[in-house]
Amino acid sequence: MAAKTLTIDGKQITAEEGETILQAATEAGIKIPTLCHLEGVYDIGACRLCLVEVTGTPKLLPACTLKVAEGMEVSTDTERLRKYRRMTLELLFAERNHVCAVCVANGHCELQTLAYSQGLDHVRYEYTFPKWSVDNTHRLFGMDHNRCILCTRCVRSCWHIEGAGTKNVSGRGGKSRIITDLNQPWGDSESCTECGKCVMSCPTGALFKKGSTVGESVRDRDKLEFIVNAREKKQWNA
Amino acid sequence: MILNDLNQVKEKEQAAQKKIVLRCCMAAGCMSSDSKGVKEQLEKAVADAGLQSEVEVRGVGCMKLCCEGPLVAVDPKNELYVRVTAENAPSIIAALKGGKANVEQTDPDAAFFKKQFSIVLANSGVVDPERIESYIAADGYLALHEVLNEMTPKDVVETMVKSGLRGRGGAGFPTGLKWGTVAKSPGAKKYVICNADEGDPGAFMDRSVLESDPHSVLEGMAIAAYAVGADQGYLYVRAEYPLAIARLQLAIKQAKQMGLLGAGIFESPFNFNVDIRIGAGAFVCGEETALMMSVEGKRGTPRPRPPFPAESGLFGCPTLLNNVETFANVPAIYRKGAEWFAAIGTEKSKGTKVFALAGKIKNTGLIEVPMGTPLRTIVEEMGGGAPDGGKIKAVQTGGPSGGCIPSQHLDTPVDYESLGKLGSIMGSGGMIVMDEGTKMVDVARFFMEFCMDESCGKCIPCRAGTVQMHNLLDKILKRKATARDLAKLEELCDMVRNTSLCGLGQTAPNPTMSTLRFFRNEYEELLQPDTFGAGATHPQTVTK
Amino acid sequence: MSSNSTPVETPPAKNGTQAGHASGDKRFKILEVHMKKHQFRHDALIEVLHKAQELFGYLEDDLLLFISHKLKLPPSRVYGVATFYHFFTLKPQGQHTCVVCMGTACYVKGADQVVEAVQNELKIKAGETTADNKVSLLTARCIGACGIAPAVVYDGTVTPRQTPASTLEKINQWVKS
Repeated sequence: MAAKTLTIDGKQITAEEGETILQAATEAGIKIPTLCHLEGVYDIGACRLCLVEVTGTPKLLPACTLKVAEGMEVSTDTERLRKYRRMTLELLFAERNHVCAVCVANGHCELQTLAYSQGLDHVRYEYTFPKWSVDNTHRLFGMDHNRCILCTRCVRSCWHIEGAGTKNVSGRGGKSRIITDLNQPWGDSESCTECGKCVMSCPTGALFKKGSTVGESVRDRDKLEFIVNAREKKQWNA
Repeated sequence: MILNDLNQVKEKEQAAQKKIVLRCCMAAGCMSSDSKGVKEQLEKAVADAGLQSEVEVRGVGCMKLCCEGPLVAVDPKNELYVRVTAENAPSIIAALKGGKANVEQTDPDAAFFKKQFSIVLANSGVVDPERIESYIAADGYLALHEVLNEMTPKDVVETMVKSGLRGRGGAGFPTGLKWGTVAKSPGAKKYVICNADEGDPGAFMDRSVLESDPHSVLEGMAIAAYAVGADQGYLYVRAEYPLAIARLQLAIKQAKQMGLLGAGIFESPFNFNVDIRIGAGAFVCGEETALMMSVEGKRGTPRPRPPFPAESGLFGCPTLLNNVETFANVPAIYRKGAEWFAAIGTEKSKGTKVFALAGKIKNTGLIEVPMGTPLRTIVEEMGGGAPDGGKIKAVQTGGPSGGCIPSQHLDTPVDYESLGKLGSIMGSGGMIVMDEGTKMVDVARFFMEFCMDESCGKCIPCRAGTVQMHNLLDKILKRKATARDLAKLEELCDMVRNTSLCGLGQTAPNPTMSTLRFFRNEYEELLQPDTFGAGATHPQTVTK
Repeated sequence: MSSNSTPVETPPAKNGTQAGHASGDKRFKILEVHMKKHQFRHDALIEVLHKAQELFGYLEDDLLLFISHKLKLPPSRVYGVATFYHFFTLKPQGQHTCVVCMGTACYVKGADQVVEAVQNELKIKAGETTADNKVSLLTARCIGACGIAPAVVYDGTVTPRQTPASTLEKINQWVKS
């Protein structure tokens, strides 16, 4: 693997060929906000929070899927990017019913944390207050569609890590919805292995473990990384 | 099949040509007005009059003036009957011997026809789309023969570069460059895909080409496949075009039987198969990465580029994607030469462009004009202006990704750059004329609603942004919005355009932005005075 | 790309027996032959759904499960694809369908008034079917018949230059039949 030299936010760094900008930046201690990215599952560049500016390219590109190249000049924290990130988060808050005060994820929700870190203190768009249901049919887990941001981390971990293909997205656009099997109640699912990886991957309180208090519902992301390393790299050190 | 066989088919077809040919439009527009019945009755009337040896009734593709259908043309008398009914048949046949048929005619030398320059539509309305022999008689598959026998793939790409052809799907990417990239991409398996998912509401050029001259698209795809080193092609056609699908299936079958598709084409080592994939009603599948997902049988959601399909496309293999009109230009370029093609059009936009002219205009239908033709020539001279003496207000090009060009800019030449400068795009060729009765905010909302419904939902700016922009436009139309809402709308337009994942989201704000640019007063007239605290524009606090 | 080039016998599933469908409905057999023609390849899913809708009129859960078993795809994938594309319908349609084209050309020529007239007459919204299951009102995004706008498709037949009056006349014939 050849090494590539590039500049991120004015900092000269070296990265391995094939690495993404997000990986290279993380290694160099530069933090780029992400939401649909999850260590261990493939990236889809959907949430648009990790968009960066690349000198010479008119379009903004997602750091999670953009590969490093020799001599690349990347900016990750310009005024324009910060503004777009805030707007993206505002759009998410207005899209479904995110009420932090009564949420199981309050305090360890990635959406909430991101909103604070981006200085978001109010939403200027009108809330749409859609009517979404809660699926409480599974004996261990629950799914509250009101809190779903459609990042598809659960879908990808279900397909990519567990390999069960239980979860998927149905419909499209604003009517998209995470489903179980043939749009069945989760409790009736034949294919669900009850492994809980989807719950571990969820950035918000949309997927939750039943019976846990708010304080207990911290996501165990290390477990996911452990499983991916074990399955793909054959390395079992937790 | 070798050249000799091809020439024999051509000679036989020409020898069988009868003295008089009645060309009867059998494209979807005229078929909806019973042109099939017209053709049957014409055939019967010919038989009744005992004229079978002299007169041929030929089902042909689109004859362009769709609003006057069903159309019947008489060769070599140069007559064009309009709004023909089945009952008119005997009268038309009787008039062949002299006299005048009691059927309305239009002037085939009128500006609508005379100002056209046909490359893509050269066979449209002339050849029988259901008979490959008819296409061969019009020099069909000659270009493919020459390419396979006398040119290396590298030569083929070079010729395409020289021709200056740019993608007709909308963005105008140089076709030769695209072919060259796919040709150079390493990979044993490569694909050629024809994008026939014409999703722009108000565009029907590709449908007409597929219904009228399917073989030109197949020949173009085969030439492209040879150039890039592909042996499998897919035609992705929307399900809304059943007639186009049927004609393509027939064309593929006929071409295979003649050895013009399949294994060892023209007895060369070149193999090329084409399969049809039927779309299922998703506008986003016009975007190339989404289209490939759909060909793979998945949800048609786009993915970020790079990697570009030329490097990693269908099933992860290098893939060439062009649209119908682009492929339909190909055979003529190799038959007549890159120099001939490059001499047509403007410096940066070569060749012709087909437009579907519709909306509030007298003559609706298909037109093909050299690039650089002023809009005024198209809508006023060819289109005949607004009906009933109305006044044209704007011309919309590029559908939901394009913009509205106001009447004061009608002298703009149609080419990629000029339309881009006006905040619109060439698009695939839909051209909707709007008159004084059209409300521009309503048009903006119409297109925003379209984009909102067609958003795949993968990326946040497009999924949630189009909803908010639609709601804001709706609020403006209902006279409930303030200047602050308008500012929010403009800010969202900028954000969605710059942050969306694919072309659908990136261009979704275009109709709104272009109407704001030229018809801002129509928005402002609907605004309410801003009284902070009284309206529904309270900032909402993130609950903690 | 995953393909099952040699169709192996599917283990008996609760919804499908080894050949065809437990119900004995011949259409399942026809559908299976179609899947075999595509070598049960995963990328043929959309083609198979088209065929299924053509045979059954709409895609009900049992049918989707049958396809999922035969193609060996997770049900969630089949459902996800079937609901992504608007051409597929998961609900039965009425005896007659009236599809109003709402493409730009038809819209600027008054297709919205046609839709409104039918909605008011039948007391249903676009996308719905009347309670007596006689008529379904649908809208299309553009059927490419812009030259003859506004166009309406009555039971599969494209009809040019429609008005609210001409559409209601046709609809009322159906309602009375």
